[in-house]
Amino acid sequence: MAAVSDIAAPGVLDRFAHRHRFRLAEALPWLATIAAYFVFPDYLSLGAQILATVLFALSLDLVLGYAGIITLGHAAFFGTGAYAAGILAANGWGEPITGLFAAALVAGLAGLASGAVILRTTGLTLLMQTLVVAAMLSEVANKASRITGGADGLQGMDVWPIFGQFRFDLFGRTAYVYCAMVLLLCWLVVRAIVHSSFGRSLTGIRENVLRMHAVGSPVTHRKLIAYTISAALAGISGALIAQTSQFVGLGVLGLERSGTVLIMLIIGGVGQLYGAFIGVPLYMIAQDRFSEIDPVYWYFWIGLFMIFVVMFARGGVLGLSERIWRARRKPS
Amino acid sequence: MDDFLSAAISIAFHGVALAMVLYLISVGLSVTMGLMGFVNLAHGAFAMAGGYALTTLMSRWQLPFALALVGAVVIVMLASLVLERLLYRRLYGGGELDQVLMTMGLVFMTVGAATYFWGPVAQPVQPPASISGQIHLGSRDFPTYRSFLILCGVVLVSGLWLALERTRFGAQVRAAVDNLRMAQAIGINTTRLFALTFALGSGLAALGGALGAEFFPIVPGYALGNLVYFLIVVAVGGLGSIRGPFVAALLVGIADTAFKYKAPELGAFFIYALTMAILLWRPRGLFGHA
Repeated sequence: MAAVSDIAAPGVLDRFAHRHRFRLAEALPWLATIAAYFVFPDYLSLGAQILATVLFALSLDLVLGYAGIITLGHAAFFGTGAYAAGILAANGWGEPITGLFAAALVAGLAGLASGAVILRTTGLTLLMQTLVVAAMLSEVANKASRITGGADGLQGMDVWPIFGQFRFDLFGRTAYVYCAMVLLLCWLVVRAIVHSSFGRSLTGIRENVLRMHAVGSPVTHRKLIAYTISAALAGISGALIAQTSQFVGLGVLGLERSGTVLIMLIIGGVGQLYGAFIGVPLYMIAQDRFSEIDPVYWYFWIGLFMIFVVMFARGGVLGLSERIWRARRKPS
Repeated sequence: MDDFLSAAISIAFHGVALAMVLYLISVGLSVTMGLMGFVNLAHGAFAMAGGYALTTLMSRWQLPFALALVGAVVIVMLASLVLERLLYRRLYGGGELDQVLMTMGLVFMTVGAATYFWGPVAQPVQPPASISGQIHLGSRDFPTYRSFLILCGVVLVSGLWLALERTRFGAQVRAAVDNLRMAQAIGINTTRLFALTFALGSGLAALGGALGAEFFPIVPGYALGNLVYFLIVVAVGGLGSIRGPFVAALLVGIADTAFKYKAPELGAFFIYALTMAILLWRPRGLFGHA
């Protein structure tokens, strides 16, 4: 043992050992979450939606930012989770926690099954396949209207109090705390995955697939695991939205949702674990403010903003702040 | 037996009409993706622009149908040249994700802009009386407009094939699809080639969008709602070919019509399943380069 630490430079081993220690800055989003509860008591319903969507964007970050799979169909799993929790609650089982587990299971299975089929392809074909999977599920939900309510949406959800104690209130207090707790747990899981050797190998696949093949990494297998975990997390996020809003519509499976969550993540920054915490609140608060003035033209401005980000601000808010930080440190 | 034959003829007729529209819209997308390796999700927006330009020219400027059609195609081609110069060109050879995001941004902009100018209701396209109504053929009636669509499609497809196989421009496009760097090395001006091809593809899409309003109504969500259809044709047909999308469009058009006619309760489900199966069997599409 002593020999090993003699050979390696002292700083390197330390860095690896402390790589996944919690840093102080990582507490910021959580402090903001707690502060928002007290500062904006009138906006807790929106807050709960934001927290649930952060989880959705986080799940996308795992496949897009770490495994490098570009998908336009992530709403497939979000919607599957939403429908799973919604159908359970509409048919006499409104217990929320088990509802979340059921949603994670069903969405994870959907991710595993579709991933096993489509992850053999790459590039445009893969992009297409993700789109087609989402379109297929949307068509199923549309046509199986006896179970899902079809185009009218799923009616009559009855969600029970959490632990039999905390009712979902009109102001969204319970919903907010509930979503925050679930997000915290899921974030810890994603964080652990990303910093594990498995997470490292995902990054390797994103950066250089050929080399990962060459060093004998089971690439497709790893991608599939990441895809399945991500699908399950997206399912939990969908279930959160379904339980807190007590309604599921066809929109949860739509291309629009896959597109907007991608945009939210890009605004924040991809592959950095915290992009979702920045991009989603920015997008959703702006949309909420904007829709009071001018609801129809929101899409125009967000589209324009998106083009601007791609052309001039790659890496989103996190990338931009990092560049400013570096530029300021250089002269000294 | 007679019923079956009648249904088969009807499905084939309407399916081929749909296929022509699908082909016109998608062929440009296939060539752009094959030639420049550009994932252009905003291609449907050019088709939508064609539809809006046609209705506006006809209703506000009182132009006759044929003239308005030509006008719409020219307007969209010019607009696409500007966009190519300002936005697309900067991302050639860039990351797939950047291309997806930029074109997705364009799509969202068209949704907002179209709502602003034309409102959320579908714009009606009124073809002139000479190509409306029915044609009697034997003991059967065929809608004149759809026959006109098929005729248009056949003429354009033949023209496109001839242009690609027989002209200097076509040879340059084929060379660049096969090997871009070699084409540049022997002195083909690929920058100009890209711009021209892009404008041509957008113009064809505009034509398809304007003619196919019967199948794909001109609404603000056009580019987003029909994206899956156009991409299916391209992916199944294979990138960079103009024959592939033709076969794929026929396949999708006829299969879609047949399933919607025979099993409407399943909707578009079969088309998606078929697409997945074909892409698994041949990931680069039916006519893609190996």
